[in-house]
Amino acid sequence: MIADMNPEDIVGDYREVSLQLYGSILRKILYTEVETPYPDGKLIVSTTNPDGIITHVNRSFVEMSGYREDELIGAPHSILRHPDMPPAAFKDLWETVQRGEKWQGYVKNLRKDGGFYWVKATVIPNVRAGKVVGYTSVRRKPSRSKIEECCKLYPTLF
Amino acid sequence: MSFQFTVSPDFTPDHLSGWYIFNTWLQKQTELAIHLEMYNDFQSQRDAIQADNIDLIYANPFDAAMLVREKGFLPLVKAEGAADEALIVVNANSPINDVAELQPGARVAYTEDPDVRLMGMIMLEPGDLDKNNIEPVLTDNYVLVAKHLLKGEADVGIFLAEAYDDLSSMVKKQLRVLVRSQISVIHHALMIGPKLRDRRDELQKILLEMAADEKGRGVLKALGFNAWQIVDDEAMEFMIDLMDTLNT
Repeated sequence: MIADMNPEDIVGDYREVSLQLYGSILRKILYTEVETPYPDGKLIVSTTNPDGIITHVNRSFVEMSGYREDELIGAPHSILRHPDMPPAAFKDLWETVQRGEKWQGYVKNLRKDGGFYWVKATVIPNVRAGKVVGYTSVRRKPSRSKIEECCKLYPTLF
Repeated sequence: MSFQFTVSPDFTPDHLSGWYIFNTWLQKQTELAIHLEMYNDFQSQRDAIQADNIDLIYANPFDAAMLVREKGFLPLVKAEGAADEALIVVNANSPINDVAELQPGARVAYTEDPDVRLMGMIMLEPGDLDKNNIEPVLTDNYVLVAKHLLKGEADVGIFLAEAYDDLSSMVKKQLRVLVRSQISVIHHALMIGPKLRDRRDELQKILLEMAADEKGRGVLKALGFNAWQIVDDEAMEFMIDLMDTLNT
């Protein structure tokens, strides 16, 4: 399950919007303009089951998302979904990995405190004995120029 | 029947004799005839793997996918607490303070170590650098990477963290670390091929017990390790998936 965002968790002035997430979930999002820079040298790693429910996160994931590990495990990966991300990007992601292929793209993620962080994400299906048992997503630091390109492109994709 | 053992060519030169000592110890413990063959470079080692000439390998994580998925290798153990990490380093007098300040055409010094190069190139991406727009300066070892930086023949160098830490303090004083990876889950592993598959449990038991035995501890010390730690199939698959996401 995924809870609405709590005003008490938000740092700074925020805006409010309702987002329709995968699986008919409607979530109240509170978001700010505060960016957390991606830390040098780190990878943010998570694994989900085939339905997109988080089963594993590393320490960098916990630090950057602002959630506790026990809040993340069992939650849908869309807990990170930022309202500035066009739905078409995630449609492409799921269609690609469900075909058994690797997906790569630049993603603006939402933090628990309403802020955001940009990542270069790569998602691959975890194939065990010929069967997809989940998906692993690894994020790394994106270049500023790629972020700027996405900031121009993504608003045109809604 | 004799088995072939080999070690990833990026082993520290100080530990060369350690691998021969380890092989002698292992033969005694298992009563298997094992021949240790050291290759000078990754390509000749990969050719031997492709020709099914290898049965036991201390493998670079970059080659793990090929070993497991194409050649049916299984993981045994890794050095306890060990992880491969990479550094991005410049000359101490370099005007560059952040990877983002590097420009296309930058001269990047690195060695043949495939996992370190991969991690290093990922850390250069925030500067919009990739294999297509850098000027590669390929060297035989990390001391030479340092030399290229000191002489101004390279703008930036990619190091295995352990190799950088082992440089003399005089050399390190003239260099500056821009980024140190903190990935923690990429590591070398001792792996067995299909011909040794039936001996997996026995080999793992012998290796895990090594640190509890005085002689065994001495052999581990010669390798620069404290103990072996088990690597199960899922941990290996996880690392392979992770390497796969990075290799894009």
